[in-house]
Amino acid sequence: MSTQPNHFAPLARLLHWLMALMIIAMLFIGAGMVASVSERHEWLIHLHKPLGAAILLLAILRLAVRFATRQPPLPADLPGWQVLAAKASHVMLYVLMLVLPLLGWAMISASGEPVMLGSSLQLPSIVAANAQVFAFLRKAHGYLAYLLFLTVLLHLAAALFHAWVRRDDVLDSMLRGKDRG
Amino acid sequence: MVDRSSPPTRPPLSAGSLTLRLAGIAVVVAAVAGAFAYVNGTLDPQRLTPKKLINVLETNNGVHPGFRRNHAKGVCVIGHFESSGEARSYSSAQVFNEPRTPVVGRLAVTPGNPYAPDSAAPIRSLALRFTQANGQQWRTGMNSMPVFPVATPEAFYQLQQAQSPLPSTGKPDPAAVPAFFGSHPEAAAFLAWVKTAKPSASYATETYNSVNAFYLVNAAGQRQAVRWNMVPVAQDAPGATAPEGTDYLDKDLVQRINAGPLRWQLLITLADPGDPVNDATKVWPAGRKVLNAGTLVLEKTQPQLSGECRDINYDPLVLPAGIEASDDPLLAARSAGYANSYLRRTSEVSQLPAAKQEAQQ
Repeated sequence: MSTQPNHFAPLARLLHWLMALMIIAMLFIGAGMVASVSERHEWLIHLHKPLGAAILLLAILRLAVRFATRQPPLPADLPGWQVLAAKASHVMLYVLMLVLPLLGWAMISASGEPVMLGSSLQLPSIVAANAQVFAFLRKAHGYLAYLLFLTVLLHLAAALFHAWVRRDDVLDSMLRGKDRG
Repeated sequence: MVDRSSPPTRPPLSAGSLTLRLAGIAVVVAAVAGAFAYVNGTLDPQRLTPKKLINVLETNNGVHPGFRRNHAKGVCVIGHFESSGEARSYSSAQVFNEPRTPVVGRLAVTPGNPYAPDSAAPIRSLALRFTQANGQQWRTGMNSMPVFPVATPEAFYQLQQAQSPLPSTGKPDPAAVPAFFGSHPEAAAFLAWVKTAKPSASYATETYNSVNAFYLVNAAGQRQAVRWNMVPVAQDAPGATAPEGTDYLDKDLVQRINAGPLRWQLLITLADPGDPVNDATKVWPAGRKVLNAGTLVLEKTQPQLSGECRDINYDPLVLPAGIEASDDPLLAARSAGYANSYLRRTSEVSQLPAAKQEAQQ
């Protein structure tokens, strides 16, 4: 049996940092566009939709990469509650990065608007037009986006805690492919 | 996990170092959270948000759950658009290139109170959703005034605030609206129009104007700034005035449509270079080239609480390929504000009064 890797696979690391940028950008775009009546509103909404579709595709790819590669283990001395928190927050991140784009797609479908990713690129509707279904999906999209933002903050704080307080290899395993010298 | 990596052998941190490091983490997290709170408006209370725009309408009109927050009283209309082909060389949109496009529309009066009398304001509106064969849609909300009173969402908000009831009296300050217009000379064209405008006796005899400018874009990518008008084929005898009662528009419409379909010509005015495309308060000079793009044919009406138009948000920025928004700042604000109103009212569908009752009328 092969030994546990010290680092995430290169493709997993690339997807992690690419999606980290995209998801944080997406959260700020979403929060900004619903709080703006200026031209920014329109500009941001035209970014939000194709970026959301790209995140959905990458999240599916990332899930496949997760199952196809080996992950470095958590430190052996990590307290049980932190192990649990790490695993639960990772599951939460995966679920939300898949569910939020689908909710966005579904809510536009339910509003009866065509789901346009650009001026001509149209996705099929995945939910029949229905006002009450729209209202439910639209609110779920907003609340779960805030939940994702809080989970991302927790994830960021935990990564820094590993790097600065515990000084273990957890952040390093996502940063680089070689052991620290 | 069975075999975790070996424990680190790092020396423990001093209390001071630990505090500093934990504080560092707190600073990073607080910076990201703070930036987010600025972007979502929490730390930027001065910013005009869609929520504020709709809140002021609710303050002025009262909250009527399930209804649109503005133009609350109206009627659904069903029909189609027959393209003349005249706009074909200017726009690649299917609506101008196919002979026939189905339409679900809504005729309305402007107040945000769904129980306002039809004569409460002289402005009527026509909103349309064209559904193209390729699935793309064109949504437009038109008004019977030729220009808008203000050019920016901020000024629109201030105009609404000037009409808000004062906490002390429960009534608007009678001096506030004149004071607003005194400091907004851009409203001159609107005020000149409104002085002579009378509440019409019929939806069918009104001209409905896009007010905002858009671009038509043809297959070669050429952009032409335009405004459009729906001009009625039916005309009332001069001097026809509104009858008694508060709900005459619906009755008149049903009566007319039962006698035969109602028609409007879609006239598209092409801007000359230099005509203002980002300012809805300004009329374009006469003599501009006008396309007769086709005929809107309305064949039946439906009550607004049970009809197909109820759940449509007539967002003027839902556009097919071949029509694009101008940089008129009102367009983005309309889109953002309508979305907020739409979420409020779709959350309240179950509170709508007597939807079934109205359907049986």
